[in-house]
Formats: sequence, structure tokens, C-alpha cells
Amino acid sequence: MWTLIQIELYKIFRRPRTYIAFVAIAALISIIQFGLKLDGKSYADFLMKDIGGSMEIDGNIINGYLICYIMLQLLLVHVPLLVALISADMISGEANMGTLRLLLSKPYSRTELLLAKFFASTVYTIMLLVWLAILALFVSMWIFGVGDMFLMKSSYVVLISQNDVFWRYAGAFLFATLAMITVSALGFFLSIFAENSIGPIVATMSIIVFFTILSTLNIPIFNALKPYLFTTHLISWKEFFDLKVNDSNEAIMGSIQNPQRIINSALVLIVHILAFLGASIWIFNKKDVLS
Amino acid sequence: MKKLLISLFVFHFSLFTHAQDMTTLIAKVKAKLDLVTDYEAVGHMKTDVSFIKAPLGKVKVYFKKPNKFRLKKEGGISLLPKGGVSVNMSSIIATNEFVALAAGESVIGGTNTRIVKLLPTNENSEIVLTTLYIDEANLLVRKAITTTKENGTYEMEMNYGNFSKYGLPDKVIFSFNTKNYKLPKGITLEFDDSEKSLSDAQKLKNKKGRVEITYSNYIVNKGIADAIFVK
Repeated sequence: MWTLIQIELYKIFRRPRTYIAFVAIAALISIIQFGLKLDGKSYADFLMKDIGGSMEIDGNIINGYLICYIMLQLLLVHVPLLVALISADMISGEANMGTLRLLLSKPYSRTELLLAKFFASTVYTIMLLVWLAILALFVSMWIFGVGDMFLMKSSYVVLISQNDVFWRYAGAFLFATLAMITVSALGFFLSIFAENSIGPIVATMSIIVFFTILSTLNIPIFNALKPYLFTTHLISWKEFFDLKVNDSNEAIMGSIQNPQRIINSALVLIVHILAFLGASIWIFNKKDVLS
Repeated sequence: MKKLLISLFVFHFSLFTHAQDMTTLIAKVKAKLDLVTDYEAVGHMKTDVSFIKAPLGKVKVYFKKPNKFRLKKEGGISLLPKGGVSVNMSSIIATNEFVALAAGESVIGGTNTRIVKLLPTNENSEIVLTTLYIDEANLLVRKAITTTKENGTYEMEMNYGNFSKYGLPDKVIFSFNTKNYKLPKGITLEFDDSEKSLSDAQKLKNKKGRVEITYSNYIVNKGIADAIFVK
């Protein structure tokens, strides 16, 4: 099994397409960091326009922690496309190149082959998020420094103490990894139905866009559906950055406003991963690869 | 007619005398505050504002005559009511451009106080009216309500301890009215369910803003560089 995973990883990282995602993330993050380094004050002033009328804010708001949060908000919407580029190609790519039958002639079961491919695409997804974390968090911390994290929600602001931030990012990135593995599992599932990569990649993105729109629409008829859509739970990493307050409205350090929501979302995503993977194995084991 | 004129004169004179008395009291309080040319204080700040979730923070406060004031929070970011905390006692009575009127007596935290209303004589003054509750025996301002032109009305309550001889409080409770805060979701990129945001907002709503600073130590008259006050 380990040999199979190694072979699949070799195949993934041998293709130039794999590195598009890493280059795209690096380019996007660099351009945002460059812009904020040059004109971060204007951006901060724009953000503070509303609150600045009644409150005086002293200190470095545009620090590494806030910049990482801004980038995660922007990028985690687009990273699914980069994940789908590889995961949706895992089976369909083999079919397209005509190597699927050859692959299945090896002395391994179809389940083993499929699991090896899924684990390999999961490793790619994890590496992509580690790359994102290095550039968005650590490089931003290095360029902009660290400090308290000042977050503006739509109806309130949250101030998180400097020494209470890092573990939240660790949690947020772990959660984001789970979310992206769900996307990877969806792309992987769709790839068993096609004989070229474009179809499953576009289908994965279309499903994500469609469900995301349903998740964000505030139409009562769709509200009952929302908890079951995996796209509703992809953004639950943000919950790590909301604090509980006590009776005197003092934020409690080390707390999370709604930890149950994170647990529920993680469970929903895990169920989706298992469902997509299970369905992939079940369908692929029945698939006629001779025609 | 003659009686009426005499009555009016006596009434006016009595008011004048009272105002003079209060000016003397204010002058005594000012003389006490004048003992301090600068100070640096360490304390803890608690922010209780309807739309802010902030933890208890360690702060350093700097003051230098006549009205330089800076509050720095450990870790970097502090949120304070606009123009508010800088309105400290020394700043309020830094000038003599006011009329001090007696407005009765009151008990603040178990201490008898004289109520004095300060009306600025300078039309360009940012402060419209200040009401001081003065502990006459110790020459300490226990409470101050300040109405400003731009930043609304602020209330300060002060508790004194070790540094009362300088007129410096151990604890300041600063109350003010907050405006509603709302940012479009497009800016915050908050596309989660609105029910959650609403319940959070409701929980935080309808409260008067309050900032509480508890000082643990003062360093008085040791000199502070002007650079500290540059933001």
C-alpha cells in the first residue's frame, strides 16, 4: 500500500500542473502583502471608517495576524479549484491516458488502488495548505510583525490578545485542511465517471459554486437545507476567531464563542469525505473498464 | 420698586459670592493637581462597549502637562472612546477660562461631595459643560460629567488610594454613550448565517459604553519624553 502511495505521489509531483497551485498561491499572497505593505494604512482607514467615528484606535492593526486572516478569507474561496485540479484528475487522468487498465492489471485490489490515489491527493491538499500557512501566516508575521488581532465582524469587533492568536490559527488551518480534503474527495468521486480531467474539475467547481450560493442565500425555503450542505461548513474555521464574553462583556481569553459549531461542521465534513470515498470505492469496484 | 431692586441686588450678590467660593475650591483642587507635572502609570483596562469583544488588557498611561495624554496597551491595540479618556482631570481644569457655579451637594461612594458646574468662557472650547463632584475635605474629584461639542457626554468616576496626595486615582470608570456599529457583510466577507450574527448583536446591544482602568502603580514627576505622545 505504501509503495502504491509513493508511486501516486511521484506521479502527482512529476506533473508541472501540480505546481501551478503552489505558484498561484505564492503570487496571490505576495501581491496582497506587497499592496498592504505599501498602502496598509489606507486599507486600515477604510476598514475603520465606521468604528472610527466613535472610537479611537491606537496601535498596529495591519499586523501579520490580521493579514493572514484577510488572505484566508479571500483564498479559501479559490483554493478548492486548485485542489480539484489534482483530485479530479486522479482516475479520469489515467482513463484519458489509457493507463487505467494497465494500472488495474497490477496485483492490487481496486480498493487499494483507489485508497492509495485518495491518500496521495490528500497529501497534495495538505502540502498546499502548509504552503498557504507558511506564506500567509509566517511570512506575514515576519514582514508585518505580530500584535493583538483586531477583527471586524458585521455587527461587532473582536480584539484578540497577541498570545491568544497562534493556537487559533493552528485550529483554523487544521479545519481548513479538513474542508479542502472534502473538496478533494468530491473531485476524486467525480473523476471515476469521466475519461478526461476537464469534466470532473469543472463539475467539482460548479457543485461548490452552486452549493455556496445556496448556503449564503437567506431565503427561508433553503434554510432547512443549509446544515446538510458541506459548503455551509467550509467556512467554519472562522469560528476559531470569535471569543466568548462574560456577563460584564469582557472577552474570555482562550475561549471560542461557538465550539459546538466547529465540532458539528467537522463531523459533517468527515461524513461527506467518508461518503464520497465510500461511494467512489463502491462504484469503481463495479465499473467496467474494458469498454 | 425700591424693595424689588434691593432684593435683586442681594440675590445677584449671593450668586456671585457662591461662584467665587467655587472658584476658590477649584483653584485648591487645581493646586493639588499641579503638584504633578508628569506621570507614568501601569494598570489594567477593561472595555465594556456594546459592539466590542475585548479581553482585560495591561496598559501604560502617560501624562505630561498641560494636556498630553497617551494610553498604550501591551500587545499594541487599544480601543478608547473618541476624545474621551484624554479628558482627564488635569486637562479639564488646566485653564482658568471657566465660570464655576455651585450646584448642591451629593454623596459619591459614601463620601460627601460638593457639586460644581464649570462653564467655559472660551466659545471655542470643545467642552460645553463639566460637572464636578468634589470631596472638599481631601480636595479630590470623585466624579466628573463632561459634555463635549463633538464627542457627546462622558462620565468619570474615580476611586483614590495610595496616590490621593497627588490627586491621582487608583481606579477610573469611564462611561459614555455608544453609537450603533454596522459593517456590510461584503466588507467583512462574513457570509455565515444571519441568525447567529443577530443573536450575538442582540446580546451585545443596548448597553452604555464603559472603560475601567485600575492603576497598580504611578511614577510621578520623573520626566517623560515628548516622543511617547507621538502616534
